[in-house]
Amino acid sequence: MNAPLILSADQVQTPSPAPLAPAQAAARPIIRFEKVAKIFAARGSNAQVAALSDITLDVPEGAILGVIGRSGAGKSTLIRLVNGLERATSGRVTVDGVDISALDEKALRAERRSIGMIFQHFNLLARRTAFDNVALPLEIAGVPRREIKARVEPLLELVGLSDKRDRYPAELSGGQKQRVGIARALATRPRVLLSDEATSALDPETTNQILALLRKVNSELNLTVLLITHEMAVIKAVADRVAVIDGGRIVEEGATYDVFAAPQHATTRSFLSALTGQSLPPELADRLKPEPAEGRDAVLRIVFTGTHASDPVLSRVSRLLSVDVNIIQAQVDEIAGAPFGVIIVSVPGDAATVSAVVGAVERLHLSAEVLGYV
Amino acid sequence: MFDLSFGLLPPAIVDLIIDATQQTLYMVAVSGVLGTLAGLPLGVFLATSRKGELFAAPLANHVLGLVVNAARSTPFIILVVAIIPFTRLVAGTSIGTNAAIVPLTVAAAPFIARLIEAAIREVDQGLVEAARAMGASPLQIVAKVLLPEALPAITLALTLAAVSLLGYSAMVGAVGGGGLGDLGIRFGYQRFMPEVMAAVVIVLILLVQGVQTLGDLIARRLDKRSRS
Ligand SMILES: Nc1ncnc2c1ncn2[C@@H]1O[C@H](COP(=O)(O)OP(=O)(O)OP(=O)(O)O)[C@@H](O)[C@H]1O
Ligand SMILES: [Mg+2]
Repeated sequence: MNAPLILSADQVQTPSPAPLAPAQAAARPIIRFEKVAKIFAARGSNAQVAALSDITLDVPEGAILGVIGRSGAGKSTLIRLVNGLERATSGRVTVDGVDISALDEKALRAERRSIGMIFQHFNLLARRTAFDNVALPLEIAGVPRREIKARVEPLLELVGLSDKRDRYPAELSGGQKQRVGIARALATRPRVLLSDEATSALDPETTNQILALLRKVNSELNLTVLLITHEMAVIKAVADRVAVIDGGRIVEEGATYDVFAAPQHATTRSFLSALTGQSLPPELADRLKPEPAEGRDAVLRIVFTGTHASDPVLSRVSRLLSVDVNIIQAQVDEIAGAPFGVIIVSVPGDAATVSAVVGAVERLHLSAEVLGYV
Repeated sequence: MFDLSFGLLPPAIVDLIIDATQQTLYMVAVSGVLGTLAGLPLGVFLATSRKGELFAAPLANHVLGLVVNAARSTPFIILVVAIIPFTRLVAGTSIGTNAAIVPLTVAAAPFIARLIEAAIREVDQGLVEAARAMGASPLQIVAKVLLPEALPAITLALTLAAVSLLGYSAMVGAVGGGGLGDLGIRFGYQRFMPEVMAAVVIVLILLVQGVQTLGDLIARRLDKRSRS
């Protein structure tokens, strides 16, 4: 399907840069964190916990920005600052120009109606049906009964639950509960949707359905989504941009495609390695040695970020350099709509061959990394 | 009239038992309602006023907690006697069924408050969080989330309170409150009529069973957490 690459130096083409959804890069930020810090007083002592430090982050309007981090990294704290469930210790958090940290309780309550939120454990009221759960934010906002009905039904339709309107949460599956959660979050027609680990309690297939629904509401309603997760697969599936948070600081941020193609921080790399296709098969990983030795092969990871097919590159490297390139694992994926491939190969482990192969690959503007020797 | 005792008791005694049952039901119903009217807001407040909670007022929470504990640790019979001046002030008299309602209510309110507090604390904090994220005010959270979600547990709590009141009401004979307990003591114990004592105990058992069964039934109806 793609023309094979020619390996002669004068003909080497630069792979086209990853398509970055240019409109979005230019979009104005709707959520802004400006030098935000959050310090908690630890219970029963004078010790303090710095949950967030020096957070500066923009979420462009209409984008889905994913924040990924380990447990305790400060993800929930970060997202709760946006709707004022937590107050920043210093710095500013603004939503559509409104300084959330400066609002009093009453103004904050009004502002929260333009910020929807969904939760890991759905947080549906057990004694309200699907319909009545979606109606709750409208009741709270004082919307008249008749109008509530007119607004809830299309929302149930949107999330595909019209037939479950009179079911109680206990009668719904996890995925259906989260759909109710999403409909409820959208009821007050927010501009921003916050998602705190909304798929973490769901199986992979249901996760994909919920993520697809988030994509749909993002594009159909031009809703900005800030989601947090501890799974790279979630980022890969929906996020236009990703921020990696570690120890209360953002250690890396950028377009998802760029971060996947060239992760800068160790934490990012370790999250990426948890994705299938990004890491070595376990039996190989076990045998992998850090240093070369007589008779060992080198294991390389080659990342393809262009639209070029991978096999011709490898076969040409193999033919021109007269080395055996053994494909251990190859995966071609799509991230933010652009193809993205990771190939793990082994080549003879002597220094000359390894550097020749790495050099040849890099001349194609693909990246090659030596993972170790077996 | 149909003989409820199947001929085991003289008709006069049967009448006494019927009267006493009515008095007991009257005292339990009125003090239960009044106790709930006082205990419900108190319980809601206790459940929502610790540090960082909806109506955070740690000092008031602490003080009220102490008062409630003090009221609850006073043996009922002592409470009855100790508050006689208050009873006279409220009921105009310190003896009789109406007067007995005062100590019953005073005993029930803190008990109900603690039960309601426990029921409300059982509500998942995630729901409160979700409601706050929707822009709900603290009062809306109480009215739309905490009370409705706790309703099955509150029903069971009030059932327990009613059963306890049935027991307490047996002690208000001390202030001439009448009722089944009083009848049992006066006839069954003081006049050596064990059959009256037995009849009183049977009626009380039936009442407790009835109240508990009804409470369980309503609570189950209200609870939507299980599929069935
Ligand atoms: N209310 C609080 N009081 C004190 N410390 C807190 C409070 N909330 C969070 N923390 C601390 O702040 C840090 C960040 O917590 P946070 O809940 O934001 O992490 P997280 O990234 O969401 O983790 P997880 O993935 O486990 O949900 C943790 O060290 C946590 O113990
Ligand atoms: Mg969290």
